[in-house]
Amino acid sequence: MDLGYSESELAYRDEVREFLATRLPKRIANLVKNGKRLAKRDYEEWQAILNARGWLAPNWPKEHGGAEWSAVQKHIFEEECCIAGAPRILPFGLGMLAPVLMKFGSEQQKAHYLPRILDGTDWWCQGYSEPGAGSDLASLKTKAERQGDHYIVNGQKTWTTLGQYADWIFCLVRTSSEGKRQEGISFLLIDMKTPGIEIRPIILLDGEHEVNEVFFTDVKVPVENLVGEENKGWTYAKYLLTHERTGTAGIGFSNAALAHLKSIASTQMKSGRPLKQDPYFAARMAQVEIDLEALKTTNLRVLVQADSGAAPGPESSMLKIKGTVIRQEINDLARRALGPYALPFVSEALDEGYNESPIGPHYANPIAAEYFNNRKLSIFAGSNEIQRGIISKTKLGL
Amino acid sequence: MDFDLNEDRRMLQDTLGRFLREQYTIEKRLEFAQSEQGYSSQMWQQFADLGIIGALFDEKAGGYGGHGDDLMVVFEQLGKALVVEPILSSAVLSGTILSSLNSDLVEQIISGQTQVSLAHLEPESRYDLAHISASAVQDADDWVINAHKSMVLGASSANRLIVSARTGGEANDENGISLFLVDPMASGVELRSYSTIDGYGAADVFLVNSPAQLLGDKDKAFALIELAHARAIVAICAQCLGACEVAKDMTVEYMHTRKQFGVIIGKFQVLQHRMADVLIELEQMRSSIINAAGYLEDGRILREKHVSAAKNLIGRAGRQIAEEAIQIHGGIAMTWEASVSHYAKHIIMIDHLFGDTDHHLERYIELN
Repeated sequence: MDLGYSESELAYRDEVREFLATRLPKRIANLVKNGKRLAKRDYEEWQAILNARGWLAPNWPKEHGGAEWSAVQKHIFEEECCIAGAPRILPFGLGMLAPVLMKFGSEQQKAHYLPRILDGTDWWCQGYSEPGAGSDLASLKTKAERQGDHYIVNGQKTWTTLGQYADWIFCLVRTSSEGKRQEGISFLLIDMKTPGIEIRPIILLDGEHEVNEVFFTDVKVPVENLVGEENKGWTYAKYLLTHERTGTAGIGFSNAALAHLKSIASTQMKSGRPLKQDPYFAARMAQVEIDLEALKTTNLRVLVQADSGAAPGPESSMLKIKGTVIRQEINDLARRALGPYALPFVSEALDEGYNESPIGPHYANPIAAEYFNNRKLSIFAGSNEIQRGIISKTKLGL
Repeated sequence: MDFDLNEDRRMLQDTLGRFLREQYTIEKRLEFAQSEQGYSSQMWQQFADLGIIGALFDEKAGGYGGHGDDLMVVFEQLGKALVVEPILSSAVLSGTILSSLNSDLVEQIISGQTQVSLAHLEPESRYDLAHISASAVQDADDWVINAHKSMVLGASSANRLIVSARTGGEANDENGISLFLVDPMASGVELRSYSTIDGYGAADVFLVNSPAQLLGDKDKAFALIELAHARAIVAICAQCLGACEVAKDMTVEYMHTRKQFGVIIGKFQVLQHRMADVLIELEQMRSSIINAAGYLEDGRILREKHVSAAKNLIGRAGRQIAEEAIQIHGGIAMTWEASVSHYAKHIIMIDHLFGDTDHHLERYIELN
């Protein structure tokens, strides 16, 4: 057993640190660290910097312009990026669609879409969930009917993250109502500028516009936008979900959040001493840190296995559940740490240009909103209840 | 032993409950909370006219209630509708102090004519009621205050502020704290107003050499401040209970209608069991509030022990109920449009008022 990184992994980590120290724009890192809103151009700016270095697509093989990193390298990269305050790399094109195209797409689709994902020409969003199909995704109803050289799409998708910026959407659509529900689903690429598409914002409980509803009314989609075979979309979707779930432990995010919590707890005072010395609060922080330390190793154990070729199955479900619970717990502690100053909330103060003096400590404003916003973690990408079902079914045979 | 409400209180409960169900829909509440003023003046006056404010004062003060169970009945109903009018700050926090001092402002508070806010805690106080460093000095017959008070509920609409300040002792001493009446329009008084994340109006209040009038005995205000907070905690706990009941009802309703995998999600045992736990916690909440309300007029130790017990239990159970309500609803509860999200926000944020779970656990241990 050897708990440390290898020489080459350490050298790689230094390279990543050096890169982040010199190339991550301070302006963007400050926005992230202060919990401010990121604009479309902020994501694009950072992704272009990564792309120039050849690091935007860690998963991709080199022939398509990827970095072809090992799972451990990807983990190191994510951890370092989070600590440095890099914006998250949006997964829709890079991490979700691309692997599906590489495995099931036509040569033409690969040649056309993959470079455009890398260079930022196309912003992709995901069209999976529907109002009636959340945890039970296979019950989706958005219909695509073949008419000559086109599919005519009618229906509604929801929870479309940052769809307001998207040029394209990859959708699961129903192309057959015969047989098992899973067998009538196809995987379709749709240009968001096609007539008949309407996008409406969904405002979240913290007042933010992050997700959308997308409505399709007689939307004409060329048949060459079908990925793989008709009615095989469920297989591709499941393949995509496995990809969505690697790196799902969110270790990098939790690390950064815990570091932020600790700095808050050293400046907040309780009974004349820093909050981090208060036995009640110190116990809560220690508890979550113990859980996170163990999860880091659980995560690495799964990753090392993945590097030797074993595709993670229910292990990703375990990482998703524990990872989200820990991150939510850290958000909860940050909220508690603030005391009464968790209450005031000035939405405009999340904008980059806001320069009025803060109410309470400068770090206070986004904290409660983050706690509420991250309740989504245990709901999205397969709710934690669904994940538990997967574990008990596949691991325990129940 | 009798845990039932008497006839008068049942009537109060019914009247207020009916009024809120008919007049105070969630749509209206959001509209009031997002308005410039942060609440509705018309509703405020209607609460006064209905006798809701009077129910929070005893007969000696010109009201017709004022006991623990009055607080409980009124605030449970206010919590069910997420009422944003500053009744808690005016009638309970300030009301307790003013009625104890036989102030003639009480009559105007009961009639709805005047609002008074208590500006007590400071940025460094966290939840510690004795941690006060604002200073008051006497200048001939007048007093002059310098202070920064934080998270003052209802401050922007208050006609008068009650401001605590040190006339003796050190930052943490219970002795040496005095109360003063301040006109918010007076020189040197400045308000930084804002809304809390769950939609209630508050402000940080800055006083620079502001004129003030001493209220009650010099140096001896701590006991009264503590009593006002004890009553406010009973009220806010009941408000939390009301909000939790609604969040529970909405979640159960959703479990009966939302279908996934061909059945209503209420058929899933894991969700059934979690809602059963929610129900148990709701009963525990109610009992802890009954305890705190019942001992409110007893000796300090007994009173404060039960107050801290209730606030601690409500902090824990509230978090469980709010988080379950969101989780069981799924994505829809993450949206502004789903009213359950506003209930969840308020339930969670109540932990940040008048001492959180840990503060009251520690306090309970000390009082024991």
